[in-house]
Amino acid sequence: MHELSLVASLFDVIECHVKEQKPKAVTRVRVQLGRMSGVVPELFETAFDTYKKGTLAEDAELEIVVVPVKARCRSCRRIFRPAPDAYSCPHCGSDRWKLLEGTDIVLEKIEIEI
Amino acid sequence: MKRGTPPAPQTRAGRPAVSRSRRKEILVREEILGTNRKVAAELRKRFEERGVLAVNMISSPGAGKTALLEALADRVKGRFRMAVIEGDIETERDAERIRRKGVPARQITTGGACHLEAKMIGKVIPSIPGDVELLFIENVGNLVCPASFDLGESLRLVLLSSPEGDDKPKKYPEAFLSADVLIISKADLFPHLPFDAARAAREALDVNPRLLVFVISALTGQGLPEFVEFLAARLAALRHA
Repeated sequence: MHELSLVASLFDVIECHVKEQKPKAVTRVRVQLGRMSGVVPELFETAFDTYKKGTLAEDAELEIVVVPVKARCRSCRRIFRPAPDAYSCPHCGSDRWKLLEGTDIVLEKIEIEI
Repeated sequence: MKRGTPPAPQTRAGRPAVSRSRRKEILVREEILGTNRKVAAELRKRFEERGVLAVNMISSPGAGKTALLEALADRVKGRFRMAVIEGDIETERDAERIRRKGVPARQITTGGACHLEAKMIGKVIPSIPGDVELLFIENVGNLVCPASFDLGESLRLVLLSSPEGDDKPKKYPEAFLSADVLIISKADLFPHLPFDAARAAREALDVNPRLLVFVISALTGQGLPEFVEFLAARLAALRHA
């Protein structure tokens, strides 16, 4: 349950981006969660709803986009999306690959009311 | 970001104006853990400049992180100066165990948090002896949450103990994915358990083919000499970089 810590960091980033605009409210927050980021979307949502109380984002809607895992095979150089529990390249079968996407937690955009 | 009461907009005649709020979108595209990463990068630079090999240890509770540190303390005595930062939700117990081995240890009690963060490490660094060469950071016992937080380490270990079962790497991939080294611990229990060390290693290597695997028993000392030599080599490489 580290989702609350992550939401606290999320609010720091939000504050950083909105403070100069002096908004009346933050109305929408869109976050990308990598499927391998170790974050459970439902828990992230609960943590967000708990944390937002008493802040400018009190009535904000949280939109979560789950980003699938993307990898590049080190042998055949092709890009593929590994299925859960599949750890080899579907094209050549190699188990040497590099993750390109799907491990990050990104604040994509914020909507504010000014 | 506390909610303030904005003054009601007034017209020149002093009557409330029609609200003219509008909505605006701000594109951010920023990694939420960016702040932690930045602090961690500063710590890593500091450690590496001072020739300190910082090691972050991750595992479920009871996998044998503290026992491994106790055994290492005996093995590196007189060869390397070692110190430990202990992360736990409550109590000084683990730090006391390490201190009994004559190794400086600093306890961080998180008071509920299930992982350590880089800024917590930054805060206790001043109380770690300046001439330390091997700095172990024993994370809070948890195979999930600590994986997301870089602590500025140069080496990340994940421990999997034989009683936990050989099927864990694919069930908890994040910890194995982010580690440099897998330690299969409590090897002395292999004869008593339906644990297949080769399967555990294979599963972990499927998740992360870069992992180096050590099979260790802190109790009998099996695998410890090899692991100490590995640490020595990493420390030497860091100093000659």
